[in-house]
Amino acid sequence: MEHVVIIGNGISGVTATRHIRKLSNKKITIISAESDYFFSRTALMYVYMGHMKFEHTKPYEDWFWEKNRINLKKGFVKNIETATKTLHFSDGETLEYDKLIIATGSKPNTFGWKGQDLKGVQGLYSKQDLENLEVYAPNNTICKRAVIVGGGLIGIELAEMLNSRNIPVTFLVRESSFWNSVLPDGESQMINKHIKTHHIDLRLSSNLKEIVSDEHGKVKSVIIEQTDEEIACDFVGLAAGVSPNIDFIKQSDIEANKGVLVNRFLETNIPDVYAIGDCAEQREVICNRKSIEAVWYTGRMMGEVVAQTICGQKMPYNPGHWFNSAKFFDIEYQTYGWVHGSKGKPNDEAHFHWKHNDDTKCITIAFNKNTNQFLGINTFGIRMRHEVFDRWLTEKRTIDYVINHLQEANFNPEFYKHYEQDIQNAYKNQLQII
Amino acid sequence: MSDNLKQSMSLAKPDAQDLSVKQKTALAIGFTGCFILVLALFNTHFSNKSLFLTLSMVLITVGTIIFSNDAYLNISKGIKNDGVWFKSISSRGVLGWLTGIFLTLFYIVLYFYPKYLGLASDGKSNTGLIALFDPLSQLLSGRPASQWFVYGTLYTVAILIFGYKFILKYRDNKYEKLRTVSVMFFQLAFAFLIPELMYRLNSDLPYYDLKSIWPLNYYNFDRYRVDQFIDAGDVGLALLIFGIVSILIITPILTYKYGKRWYCSWVCGCGALAETVGDPFRHLSDKRQIAWKIERWVVHSVLVFVVLMTTAVVYSYLGNDSSKYWLTRKLFLGLVTALLTVVFTLTMIFKRQELGKDARYSAIGYFVVIIFLIGLHYFSTDTKLFLFKSETLRTTYAFLIGAIFSGVIGTGFYPIFGSRVWCRFGCPMAAILGFQQRLFSKFRITTNGGQCISCGNCSTYCEMGIDVRAYAQKGENIVRSSCVGCGICSAVCPRGVLKLENGSMKGRINPTEILLGNDVNLMDLVNQK
Repeated sequence: MEHVVIIGNGISGVTATRHIRKLSNKKITIISAESDYFFSRTALMYVYMGHMKFEHTKPYEDWFWEKNRINLKKGFVKNIETATKTLHFSDGETLEYDKLIIATGSKPNTFGWKGQDLKGVQGLYSKQDLENLEVYAPNNTICKRAVIVGGGLIGIELAEMLNSRNIPVTFLVRESSFWNSVLPDGESQMINKHIKTHHIDLRLSSNLKEIVSDEHGKVKSVIIEQTDEEIACDFVGLAAGVSPNIDFIKQSDIEANKGVLVNRFLETNIPDVYAIGDCAEQREVICNRKSIEAVWYTGRMMGEVVAQTICGQKMPYNPGHWFNSAKFFDIEYQTYGWVHGSKGKPNDEAHFHWKHNDDTKCITIAFNKNTNQFLGINTFGIRMRHEVFDRWLTEKRTIDYVINHLQEANFNPEFYKHYEQDIQNAYKNQLQII
Repeated sequence: MSDNLKQSMSLAKPDAQDLSVKQKTALAIGFTGCFILVLALFNTHFSNKSLFLTLSMVLITVGTIIFSNDAYLNISKGIKNDGVWFKSISSRGVLGWLTGIFLTLFYIVLYFYPKYLGLASDGKSNTGLIALFDPLSQLLSGRPASQWFVYGTLYTVAILIFGYKFILKYRDNKYEKLRTVSVMFFQLAFAFLIPELMYRLNSDLPYYDLKSIWPLNYYNFDRYRVDQFIDAGDVGLALLIFGIVSILIITPILTYKYGKRWYCSWVCGCGALAETVGDPFRHLSDKRQIAWKIERWVVHSVLVFVVLMTTAVVYSYLGNDSSKYWLTRKLFLGLVTALLTVVFTLTMIFKRQELGKDARYSAIGYFVVIIFLIGLHYFSTDTKLFLFKSETLRTTYAFLIGAIFSGVIGTGFYPIFGSRVWCRFGCPMAAILGFQQRLFSKFRITTNGGQCISCGNCSTYCEMGIDVRAYAQKGENIVRSSCVGCGICSAVCPRGVLKLENGSMKGRINPTEILLGNDVNLMDLVNQK
């Protein structure tokens, strides 16, 4: 019986596993050094905030794996010997595979800051990070102030988490406005305000210079590069993005750049070795997408695809229209298609922006200036239907069509106030001004 | 991970969870109100009962309002579950257990030893706690209070004040606000005021909470009630007919259009208590698959039990002679059999596929009932059904289901098993509505394409113990008989994935393997298999 081994029990590896089991009778082993069972990484924040217990983050009950004949192995793979198809573990054990899927995810970025390895300095990615957070920032007596470095999705989640335990937070953001490398200016500014209403000390255009140690090797303060200001703190959250977690691969024959290099079939340079999820780097650019996509949804999609290939139905990874979501404190964000921030915006992309005056709801619709074709939407504080926008993108609808049919896409709970009329009026007025 | 971490994931108790000074003051005010009730219970003599009863209720209400305002109005709108699993009361801590034990004892006294609450016997006047409520009862219906009046009053006050708290907690969510106003209204008007006023207008009528429908009020067709209805003339007869129409006509229509939520989380009194007082405990429901299996067996067994019990009770007081009264024993059994057969046959013809394995169980259930009915016809005498009295069946049901299950376990165990234990495992009304919701209703919870991140907030906060995430992460609509449509899964979802909707029956159940967002060909290939 063919033995498929998956390194990593995150969403990518587990999705691949489930589909392989559905499609075949192969022997399957999932290896993880992080946790005994698959859990949802995205929910770690809710454990710290007391919304859930760790148990609740597991999407499948513990009996699920045995029932579906999926072996779970706890261990850290140190090296992959591709010639003999053998995995070497850090404790000296070995395991042979017929097909190997590398799905080891990401690790938080560090940029060689002085003091980045001190106690109380960490990212928020793994279960161990959560446990460390409980050690260094359990409450505002032990942690009198926390500093977060990096204005992205993990940074703002960390801010929300620490805030839930009344720990004062200073939030260092390199950009001139929160996440404006991705968000258009209007939205980014709305989120700036929202962060401040939660009493976060938001410092825009601020870089970390160094992290200062106390006499016990624990963080004492940080120094800001622009102003040389020293901020006393007991915890530093590093949230300046993530990169592929593939150090263990460096000694093997598997070709890697930042991530494990794969072709459209998610195959590496070595036969029978595949890479999916955050740790995979596409050799070939797919549409507007980055070559490394550290996103839950794309990891899941790669898992769905690679399972088909491994079970004899060879398939290229061919993602559909881009979508993503996040939540910034109380404001939910969804995006469908492409809406660029001011930096990477192509010349023929124009935006229609509507914002409610309570500063918790806004949308931005991107369209082609010349053809009026609808390119994408960012929506804040109003839930919208994935299916409807996916269809409109495929059908290449115009922005006028989208504006006029916006109600079809509304996904807010029943009885919520509707804003379609407001949005339509704003659209008409904006056109008149132009 | 150490045990300590598993317990709460927190080494030190997070400071953020401590109560503010204002909240502590509010608690003190509320407990002072409760203390008046305790004093009354121990027969403290109040010269002016109206004054002290009012004072008690006002203090409890004001305390709750101040507490809620301080807890929710000073912070931004949004989901307010910070520290839920750190607080002793809401995470099966010491406070949770103490509250559970206290409530359970209260229910035991209420159901079985009302004399300890001060209920009068042999024409004497009430004492203790019940006497404190006499002035209010006199005001409303012109008779002294009973233990049920005391319970009803406290129940209603609890729903109103915790309803207020719930509305503040979910003040960004209009669905939750409307739903809560609805249960508050139905409790106050239909369960509390109208029956008391009805008694004032026509004291021959039995107590009738119009929104409480058979089989939830399993006693509705008991002999003494039917007699009272008929003796009360046209109004009584109208009420009796309304009782039958409620379950056979009104309920099916509304459930078809809106799902069982129109009742369970918008109207029902049990639901009202669970959604308001029980809200801090909703996440304690058991989400394991084994719990779901037990739930299905238990709740459907209760349903079979109540159908048999009611049939036997009605059968026992009907006559054999059609000249006196058109509904004879024979005709009644025939009607019940016909109704059950029609429901069973239609389900098997139209929904056989959807039932899957469960078809066998429902067939077994059906035949058990039919054989019982046939047995009833052949083996009963005028005084006995089979070998026992119909009254035995009735009292057994009242004791096991009416008192122990719905009261002692259902509510007493809120802080241990969550707020909907009765609704989930015991309520026969929920079983009927759920059966229809699963098979013949437009209601579903829609999943938003591929946006689920499997975080599990929806499953955690489902009071019915439904593993919502299991469906959402497959991009599948949630169509479950137990769903009461409270809407909290949708509210707590951080990615806007869930929406309660009434829509077309076509495509309502839509299992998918490949989610929206991936290769279109792959989705077609796999999902259409």
